[in-house]
Amino acid sequence: MAATQHITAHCIIGNNVVYSNGKAVFENKAADAGAFLLSVYQFLEVKYPKFYKMDNLCKLGLLASEVLLNGSGISERYKENEIGIVLTNSNSSLDADIKYFDQAKTAASPALFVYTLPNIVIGEISIKNKFKGENGFFVFEQFDAAFVEQYVAYLLNNNILQACICGWVDLLKDDYQAVLYLVEQQENQGSVPFTVENINKIYLSAR
Amino acid sequence: MMPVFIVADNILSPIGNTTADNFERLTQNISGVKQHAAGNKSDVPFYASLFEDDHQFFDNAARYTKFEQLLIASISDALKNSGIDCTDNKTVLIISTTKGNISMLETDADDPALNQRIALPTSAKLVAEKFGFVNQPLIVSHACISGLVALITGLRLLQTGQYQNAVVVGADVITRFVLSGFQSFQAISAGPCKPFDADRDGINLGEGAGTVILSSNPKYTHNIKLAGGSVSNDANHISGPSKTGEELFYAIDTALKAAGITPDAIDFISAHGTATVYNDEMEAKAINLAGMQNIPVNSLKGYYGHTLGASGLIEAIIAIHSLKQNTIIPTRGFNQLGVTQPLHVANHLQQIPLSNCLKTASGFGGCNAAIVLSK
Repeated sequence: MAATQHITAHCIIGNNVVYSNGKAVFENKAADAGAFLLSVYQFLEVKYPKFYKMDNLCKLGLLASEVLLNGSGISERYKENEIGIVLTNSNSSLDADIKYFDQAKTAASPALFVYTLPNIVIGEISIKNKFKGENGFFVFEQFDAAFVEQYVAYLLNNNILQACICGWVDLLKDDYQAVLYLVEQQENQGSVPFTVENINKIYLSAR
Repeated sequence: MMPVFIVADNILSPIGNTTADNFERLTQNISGVKQHAAGNKSDVPFYASLFEDDHQFFDNAARYTKFEQLLIASISDALKNSGIDCTDNKTVLIISTTKGNISMLETDADDPALNQRIALPTSAKLVAEKFGFVNQPLIVSHACISGLVALITGLRLLQTGQYQNAVVVGADVITRFVLSGFQSFQAISAGPCKPFDADRDGINLGEGAGTVILSSNPKYTHNIKLAGGSVSNDANHISGPSKTGEELFYAIDTALKAAGITPDAIDFISAHGTATVYNDEMEAKAINLAGMQNIPVNSLKGYYGHTLGASGLIEAIIAIHSLKQNTIIPTRGFNQLGVTQPLHVANHLQQIPLSNCLKTASGFGGCNAAIVLSK
């Protein structure tokens, strides 16, 4: 069946580089993930103080969503219930889990504990943008374009959503990778059909 | 939309190893929640529903972690006499959990091998191999709504026609990691929890597993149906629920529409009812927004505690058997209404004809889910 949805934007953050729709827009050979993510935040001029409270997985996902959505106007074009988020990764929230548990040996911190769930990154992107539609967080050994295509196409085909932010947001210590897609019913200039082939082509360009 | 039926199920909990055992215990007002002494899991005594330390889930289980043992034991019982073939390429395994093998952080050195062993896909692979599933298992990790998201995912994958059967299983183990986190939030009740009650002061945690086998095969047409489901986000706060309940209401409304029924067709509601001040208040608001405040609502947290990634499944299974047996289970721990909205909290065992049930859940990250189960 031909795709009826479209990838209207995509963003990759990995190996010290930020790509917006395939173009490198920022690079910083920072020593660790935290320093790199902070430099991306400063570069993007996000001005969102909650960023500083987030764990690195949420920082990565939020920054990737900022690049992805920049200029997309989806909040103006769709209702808050029509925009959803479906994310996947392989390490769940292990990075935050390790940090929480190390700290808990002396005193458990609720501010760290809340990040020990991978779907919190969906919550953070939702809060920043007031997105209230369907959510799902799934864990795979490796990125599974076929699942993402099938699940997100179901949500759009059945008019549960009009737009979906989907893809991969994974971080463990200093290894990180985000590949996000904005999928909509309507095509735009530069969009490509939402097919497994195109999802994979964009994902593999992050290597 | 293609109908999806419940073929078989299992609840594995400290009060029983089968759904039948569990349902009977609930009708007898038996709870798994009791006080546990300070020790490995906590520096202070606490109330929770836990398996005994030496509980044997099955023979020769030692190669699996406790989390994996729970999954395997629950799936094994659900599969018995179900006629479902795991090795069929039309059958998929869906696993729901919040923390999986996280307790290994408490006992093992932090290195790449440990990270690999903790990783949820490692557990999923071991469990899939045990039963011979040929398709890659799916893993849902979506806080306290994981079990309902797993059921909704199963429903959708069956409706697309890619699979005919889904074995949906959820489990979580209560460890120092999890308990210390909820303690740090001051979210643990000083005694047995009291959902929707004026004196409620927090949750009890619980261990358990639940399995639901779904099928779109028309031969199950007389079984209970998973008629619809929906997920929403509050977009408000990562650890506190919505102030208005509008977003849970939206999930309820969308699930009812997907099931093709109106709110008045619902005979009872199985709520999340964690017994925290804010969760129960938010749920009461959402139920009122839906105009369902006169419909009996229960919470099962007083029997099981909050079983995290298993809770949506365990509570949905009790709802399925409530429909089958036309029996509403009372809300253990509830005495006097303590939310600002009117609510018909089920407080005694009731035998009445039942056709449709709404099951809801909400969790960290501002997530809400609702499903409709129908005769």
